Amino acid sequence: MTSHRIGSLAAETLHFTFDGTRYHGRPGDTIASALLANGVRVVGRSFKYHRPRGIMGYGVEEPNALVDVTLNGITTPNLRATTEALVDGMIVRSVNASPTAADDRKGFLDRFAQFLPAGFYYKTFIWPDWHRFEPSIRAMAGLGRLDPRNQPPAQNPQIAAHCDVLVIGGGPAGLHAAQQAMGEGKSVMLVDDQPVIGGSLLSRSAEIDGKPGLEWAATVSADLQANGHRVLTDTTAYGIYDHNLVALWQRRAGQSDAQWRVRAKEIVLAAGAIERPLIFPDNDRPGVMLADAALSYLARHKVLVGRRIVLATNNDRAYPVADALRRAGAAVTIADLRPQASDGALASAKIEAVHGPKGVEAVTISGQRIAADSLLMAGGLTPSVHLYCQAGGKLTYDETIAAFVPRDDLPGIRVVGAAAGQYALTEILSLGGEPHPYAIAPAWPQRDAKGRQWVDFQNDVTVKDIALAERENFRSVEHLKRYTTLGMATDQGKTSNMNGLATMAALTGQTIPQTGTTTYRPPFVPVPFGVVAGRRRGEFFNPVRRLVLEREHRDAGAVFREYGGWLRPAWFGGANAAANIRREAIAARTTVGILDGSPLGKIEVIGADAGALVDYNSYNTLSNLKPSRIRYGFMLTESGVIYDDGVTSKISDEHYVVSCSSGHVAGVVARLEEWRQDRFDPARVFVHNSTPQWATLTASGPNSKALVAALGLGVDLDDAALPHMAFADGQFQAAPARVSRVSFTGDRSYEIAVPSAKAASLLAAMQEAGKPLDAVLMGSEALLLLRAEKGYVIAGKDTDGTTMPQDLGIIGPMQKRQNEYVGRRSLLTDNAQRPDRSHFVGLTVEGDTTLPVGAHGVETLNSKRRSIGFVTSSYDSPTLNRPIALGLIERGMERKGEVIDLVHLGQTFRARIAEPCAFDPEGARLNA
Amino acid sequence: MQLFSCPFCGPRDETEFTFGGEAGKERPEPAPDVSAEDWSKYLHRVGNPRGRTREIWVHHTCGEYFLMERDTVSHVVAGTQSLRGGGA
Amino acid sequence: MAHSRTANRYSALSLVREGLRGHSGWQQAWRSPEPKAAYDAVIIGGGGQGLATAYYLAKNHGMTKVAVVEKGWIGGGNTGRNTSTIRSNYFYPESVALYDYSLKLYETLGKELNYNIMFSQRGVVTVAHSDAEMEIAARIVNAMQINDTDAELFSRDQVLEKAPLLNSGDQARYPIFGGVWQGRAGVARHDAVAWGYARAADGFGVDIIQDCAVTGFLIENGRCVGVETSKGEIRAGAVGIATAGNSGVVAGMAGFNLPIKSYSLQAMVSEPVKPCLDTVVLYLGTGTYLFQSDKGEIVVGGGIDRIPSYAQRGNPPVQATVLSGMLEMFPSFGQLKMLRQWAGVVDVVPDSSPIIGPSPVPGLYLNCGWGTGGFKAIPAGGVLLAHLMATGEHHDISRPFDLDRFRTGRLIDEAAGSGIAH
Repeated sequence: MTSHRIGSLAAETLHFTFDGTRYHGRPGDTIASALLANGVRVVGRSFKYHRPRGIMGYGVEEPNALVDVTLNGITTPNLRATTEALVDGMIVRSVNASPTAADDRKGFLDRFAQFLPAGFYYKTFIWPDWHRFEPSIRAMAGLGRLDPRNQPPAQNPQIAAHCDVLVIGGGPAGLHAAQQAMGEGKSVMLVDDQPVIGGSLLSRSAEIDGKPGLEWAATVSADLQANGHRVLTDTTAYGIYDHNLVALWQRRAGQSDAQWRVRAKEIVLAAGAIERPLIFPDNDRPGVMLADAALSYLARHKVLVGRRIVLATNNDRAYPVADALRRAGAAVTIADLRPQASDGALASAKIEAVHGPKGVEAVTISGQRIAADSLLMAGGLTPSVHLYCQAGGKLTYDETIAAFVPRDDLPGIRVVGAAAGQYALTEILSLGGEPHPYAIAPAWPQRDAKGRQWVDFQNDVTVKDIALAERENFRSVEHLKRYTTLGMATDQGKTSNMNGLATMAALTGQTIPQTGTTTYRPPFVPVPFGVVAGRRRGEFFNPVRRLVLEREHRDAGAVFREYGGWLRPAWFGGANAAANIRREAIAARTTVGILDGSPLGKIEVIGADAGALVDYNSYNTLSNLKPSRIRYGFMLTESGVIYDDGVTSKISDEHYVVSCSSGHVAGVVARLEEWRQDRFDPARVFVHNSTPQWATLTASGPNSKALVAALGLGVDLDDAALPHMAFADGQFQAAPARVSRVSFTGDRSYEIAVPSAKAASLLAAMQEAGKPLDAVLMGSEALLLLRAEKGYVIAGKDTDGTTMPQDLGIIGPMQKRQNEYVGRRSLLTDNAQRPDRSHFVGLTVEGDTTLPVGAHGVETLNSKRRSIGFVTSSYDSPTLNRPIALGLIERGMERKGEVIDLVHLGQTFRARIAEPCAFDPEGARLNA
Repeated sequence: MQLFSCPFCGPRDETEFTFGGEAGKERPEPAPDVSAEDWSKYLHRVGNPRGRTREIWVHHTCGEYFLMERDTVSHVVAGTQSLRGGGA
Repeated sequence: MAHSRTANRYSALSLVREGLRGHSGWQQAWRSPEPKAAYDAVIIGGGGQGLATAYYLAKNHGMTKVAVVEKGWIGGGNTGRNTSTIRSNYFYPESVALYDYSLKLYETLGKELNYNIMFSQRGVVTVAHSDAEMEIAARIVNAMQINDTDAELFSRDQVLEKAPLLNSGDQARYPIFGGVWQGRAGVARHDAVAWGYARAADGFGVDIIQDCAVTGFLIENGRCVGVETSKGEIRAGAVGIATAGNSGVVAGMAGFNLPIKSYSLQAMVSEPVKPCLDTVVLYLGTGTYLFQSDKGEIVVGGGIDRIPSYAQRGNPPVQATVLSGMLEMFPSFGQLKMLRQWAGVVDVVPDSSPIIGPSPVPGLYLNCGWGTGGFKAIPAGGVLLAHLMATGEHHDISRPFDLDRFRTGRLIDEAAGSGIAH
């Protein structure tokens, strides 16, 4: 055993397994610290070559230790062992390895590595066919395994918050900034991705304000909270978006993770820095670890990563790490890559070989083989500037610390501490005095690098791969990234990007700043999809609109379907759709049907210019109606296409009610508002959507007049007083009731609109009055059928996004109107005038075969088939006892009587082009 | 997630707004006198500037259309005003 | 492939040979020359469309004095930012002619370019959620079959067989009724398409000039005779614009406007997992579409962000919409994490069909307006723009897509015809 826990093992109360072996850990452990405490060295395999890998980092930068974790029978893939808290009973499995990480069947692949360089797949698998190779390549790729049973509920809240100052990072720099902001009376929010506030103070000792570092951190955090400021731990700021919005991912014990959307006047970025690996041959062996990580495991989990440790460094920060490891009982050899070294360290050290494929056994340094069980790397710090760059910040390269640092503060964004390249506490806390020296001699890979030296550990990108990319002219850092996949692994290049671009710089002879960085984009760490998605799922995803009378309809046996965003009764009476629709349709033709038409739009246009606005909005002139009269018409888009149809009622010269289909209410209100504000004097006309305030129940059929008469609404129902396309106002149970004679079935019909609160009473009254009249409740499907018998169009079903009013044969307004209306000029274009437009027609089949909706009419010319239109509606008509159909057919109106061929999924049909109206063309039944 | 300032309601989340079009377009009329070219320009041609732009937006919450000047690259909002004057 | 320059031939054999000698013999995939003073043709924009145009100018028309000028790095715009779906499930014959031609070219492109673009014809299913949507689906399938491209009307069971992890439960907001299936459709490695064309065009002697921004046009006697760039003036017999989201800006330099508005389109990928989704799925209800890449990442996209923008940035509300749509479709994907997200600038035209044809300035030709769908059309777009630049005339396939259609009103609006926005 190499890595191990120091001191008493009494606290090891948590049980878990890794690749089938049982281990113990303690509260506060991550999976990684527990594995190290148990001396586990190989924790995974690399993506491409299946090289054995150990734990390299301590936190989000970890490239190797990815695991699938099963807890309570549910597995979650690709968790980072270094950031996942250990839970009792966890079953942990390495990814990309079988049967275990230590003994992986595909480990042989590494022997073929020389034939699998960067981008090798672009150069092969071309013959005979990529599809031959793809399945096995796919099976090789991927990390963890998805668990189909793991369906996390949509319980991730999205919390909006705002503050004066949002501090990201709870280390000394962040705490200092938060303290200052609080002192200035600002509202503060402090977030940190660790379970405990403190940042670097958690592993490096310091004294601040006369207190030990951690105690100071706890005091500041407590102060903030006591003064009403928010401190969120286990919370990662993963993205900065427009106008200073920061997205946070908060892990909450015992609850679903949350997304916070924080709008801050000022963002203080104190995200720290991440240590870089050094580049030397076989630097990916298990047991090779970042020095900072080793220090953190020691300080935070009492885990010593080895007994005989080589610490390779190019900077001064490693020396205190060596001291701490020695104090804990390890033998540490410092291999300083720089020519000057102190404290007995080897100077000008060159790491030439790392021995031990499944765990470091020895290291050859400058020709000398030194036995060791761990090799620590201190390659210098890379400031975490991700969020600054996401916000558009530009970097500058600081030679003295061999790192990119923010060039300028952005409006509302300030970078402090290690993220800004300030590594010394005196500097961070503005204590004055000499900044602590941070001497570094970068040891970037060189062109003549020998052996296999890893840059991106997870994606298996070596210095040679980068050299190949350079040779093949993938020199732009973005090409380098895409060609070699450098930085595209799940660690997002946190340890590899800087080394990678420095390597490219060395190869091209350019400077590092000339070579540049790739674009930084959110997220800073992989974030669960559910956190980004929030709770919009199931019925919260585009919620349906519901009728006031839904419960009554349900009680009456309604089967519901969604129409234009509304949940409406499709038919009543249970599962047999066809029989019930037929029953309802027959009743509505012979007695009376009652239909809930409440979702139909009721948009009031009021004011001196109301007539002008409704006229402009409509293809048909409406203002010349007499009061109490109703007119049917179209609304066009500015492109001349039919947008919707509906009836408009004129109440007075200064008051109209525009009706439209249920799915178009918002759209019609929007266009009326747009023209009102853009073209009219808004003081002279007003638009009000009163649809939700009214419930509309329709009685349609020969017995409808008797039914409405029995309701006693106080309206003269005599046809002379209330003819078709007129309305009258009455009362129902002391509430206003408007009775309109409009018909979508072709039969005598009455629409009764009452305040929504009266809907249930009105329905009950109509059902009661309807009993002796053999009334039935009728759903939308029967209505759709009845209107099709009449050849009434449904905009969007029987028309498409090209249909103009002339395609329905309605050319009066186009020819006669002298004033402007929406879409007018578009009716005059070449396209509107073309002779081969598709027209709305009826289609009559010989025999009893119902045409499938979606079947196309076809014409064959030079043995090439061509569509001449399609079927838009088709039913088996109970009224006519034969199939009926409607369609849009090229030149249809000129070809009435012609028989055409139709096809549907290989089947052929024949039909005769006819008038759309198949029933009662004279309209006698409107008054029957 | 952008923050737009409705001249009537103040700063609100972008999800409350819909883009209406570039500002300054005149509808050519009357239809019979308008050339196909001019009508096509009215319907379809846009400046689509990269940078500062003047646009018409609508705030659904209050239903008002207004003018907004903003930058299509940086997303900085320079200002908004009602169609009949008055800024926010 | 008639290379004027000796290039490595890629194959398993050459890979082994190079493997044995440390890969020291691989040549540049393309050169990075300084621009010459004049070319027969200059294409602005080193994305897939521009590089393909250069390739087909050389291959189909024998024009090799050709340059592609790119302000950044090739393939860095929408070619490298899209979700790489290739399909021809369109409604109008004009659209099918264009996109199916492109799909056919894609089917042999890897071999033609000697570059594995990894075109995986795993099929695309567009899922319908009601009887009414099934009727529209039938309308589309029949149109596709009449126009001689492959299409099937799938039942609910057939959809679930292709994508077993789809949400088929009673609680689903969007029940599965069936869908439109196109089996020849699929996905490809988008970067490889750009690099493959670049390498092949370079092989013909085409100059690919990166980090070279066009700053203006050389107009003489009303005719475009070249471009002004950050690397100096370049004269050209014909100039083509293939700049996607920046087409409006480039057109502005030449003094005309286009019916194009630029918007952000976002995409996201998960961390890689072992194979769990073998086809491309699009839901009409959610507007979200997704597939699993060969690497194992779930690649997901949705609708555009309806705020005109050139920012190439993502945005939480749209991400939430796209991802909640995905989780509604595949509840088990809630165990995955979003690894990367990005945005491209798409050039949206009123009828969502491309503009291919002469510009108002003689000598200057357009290939733009692809909106969210340019990647699938790269081979066809390249052939058509090359044809225009070489001959000055439309190819039969490109004629309906001329800019003139906005004057005549003869738009090719797929959403209008099929009821489904593409």
